[in-house]
Amino acid sequence: MSEDSLEIGGLKLASRLFTGTGKYADDAVIPAVCEASGSEVITVALRRVDLESTTGNVMDCIPKHMRLLPNTSGARNADEAVRIARLAKAMGCGDWIKIEVISDNRYLLPDGYETAKATEILAKEGFTVLPYVNADLYIARSLVDAGAAAVMPLGAPIGTNRGLKTKEMVRILIEEIDLPIVVDAGIGRPSEACEAMEMGADAVLVNTAIATASDPVMMARAFGRAVKAGREAYLSGPGARRTQASASSPLTGFLAEG
Amino acid sequence: MSFYPICEELSRAPLDERFDAVTGEDVRRALGKSSCSPEDFLTLMSPAAKPFLEEMARQASEITLRQFGRTIQMFTPLYLSNYCTNHCVYCGFNCKNQINRSQLSLEQVEVEGKAIAATGMKQLLILTGDARAKASPEYLEDCVKVLRRHFPSVSIEIYAMDQDEYDRLVKVGVDGMTMFQETYDEELYATLHPRGPKRDFRNRLDAPERGCRAGMRVVNIGALLGLGDWRRDAFITAMHASYLMRKYPETDIAVSLPRMRPHVGEYQPATIVSDSDMVQFLMALRIFMPRLGVTISTREAPEFRENIMPLGVTRMSAGVSTAVGGYSDEAETSGQFDIADERSVDEVCSMIKAHGFQPVFKDWEPIIPVEGAA
Repeated sequence: MSEDSLEIGGLKLASRLFTGTGKYADDAVIPAVCEASGSEVITVALRRVDLESTTGNVMDCIPKHMRLLPNTSGARNADEAVRIARLAKAMGCGDWIKIEVISDNRYLLPDGYETAKATEILAKEGFTVLPYVNADLYIARSLVDAGAAAVMPLGAPIGTNRGLKTKEMVRILIEEIDLPIVVDAGIGRPSEACEAMEMGADAVLVNTAIATASDPVMMARAFGRAVKAGREAYLSGPGARRTQASASSPLTGFLAEG
Repeated sequence: MSFYPICEELSRAPLDERFDAVTGEDVRRALGKSSCSPEDFLTLMSPAAKPFLEEMARQASEITLRQFGRTIQMFTPLYLSNYCTNHCVYCGFNCKNQINRSQLSLEQVEVEGKAIAATGMKQLLILTGDARAKASPEYLEDCVKVLRRHFPSVSIEIYAMDQDEYDRLVKVGVDGMTMFQETYDEELYATLHPRGPKRDFRNRLDAPERGCRAGMRVVNIGALLGLGDWRRDAFITAMHASYLMRKYPETDIAVSLPRMRPHVGEYQPATIVSDSDMVQFLMALRIFMPRLGVTISTREAPEFRENIMPLGVTRMSAGVSTAVGGYSDEAETSGQFDIADERSVDEVCSMIKAHGFQPVFKDWEPIIPVEGAA
């Protein structure tokens, strides 16, 4: 197969699985998770980053080759997200930023309007902006206009491991939006990540499902393989679905044409 | 609108009869649901749910793992002042109690702050008695400015303030507040608080809501379990938390589960809240409100804290002194109450790690610039 890399913000990525740093019993497992998954992009909540820590720092556990994707977790509006993004850059976390604006702590659903506002401001400042949003066509279009580098629709609410509940809406985004679509949040099983990739999603971001598995490293490997399998299935052009059986050895094969 | 009319209605409701009417089948049904209603919460808090504690534990543990991962937020309290004008019959700071009273100067606040920061703590809870003339809002603002140089997160557990005062504290970088209602039984509350500003039941009840409106990121409430009928207080605490969570979705709502502890004074708890009762309350809370923060303090014994960690706890204190000046060996005062877990921060962290959890010291990046802040 010829090279099939994903390009975001001018960076070519061989792996289409993004991972996270939250919820681990011990951050020391993160390097092994990165290696097993093959992931090249990892998100980290700036609120958890403590460069002055005397008790350990999550940043020390992130392998140097990984592209850091700091997120604005904790932001309740565009203004807070913008300030967190600028702080992340000032702290040396680079210019990629995942916008998370959540003002409903009960369901942790993202605020599309505030996300679009923050995206526009930060894209103009030169950030590579990856906004986390509901799977909504109008929001996605506004993010394209705002200068986003990718769109990250949720599969299900964060941390639920409920799978690809927004499948039909994600399908519309894949068809209509000319930016990479990275399915983020809710994916709980490798099969669900595979399904998103089979549909044509450009990448998936998985944190809770890996971090809360009994064996996070083995689960990371499983997700890495599932994402590859889903991508290959998508590229290979799956056969058409039919409502009735279709024999693989046609019954009329004996009829000679001409 | 306020929680007060709901609290009044719940206080009049025959909650005891409703708890007693619950059957084992009701508990099975409640545990089989995908989401938990207030009625289901009452069911899980009933005596009939006691035989189902193990099943509740499995559910509570799974929910906690999904929502918060294997992490425990760490914080420690700093007592700034123990002057108090209240007569709370159960409290070591009662103004009638013969204890040494003191208040930290800003220089002492700096010393104490540095001593705590040296342990690795990043999330600080500052406390005072209820004496506005001493620990005034202006004094508190000044203390917060000093402490924000050492701590990314500073929250308060002080007397009930008005909205403007909370606004001012948020502006200097306070990001959370704790306000214990002590008991939601208004009549009992009156007898426990015979004199002093804290006697105003409704002013205290509405304070968390004023904190939410002021933009506090985290608002923590709770009842002091043992003052009254623990089951009724636990139920109304949960209804209060649920009310705040629905009305202020942008605020992280949390609940503490403090039990009465020995202190300077002769008051004895009205009821004994057993370990099993505490665990039932903790797990029912988690099943009812999957995103709720739950704090367990050093009032609880080490072994108990270790065992309940996977069942819904999100936040623990460690390395605690409840005396003014207690961190820099300058304490000349008695603590507010006796703590049960006297282990150091390092020892508590080792315990947390040994149980497969990660102690999280920093969980907030301050976005309000403060002069000289870290």
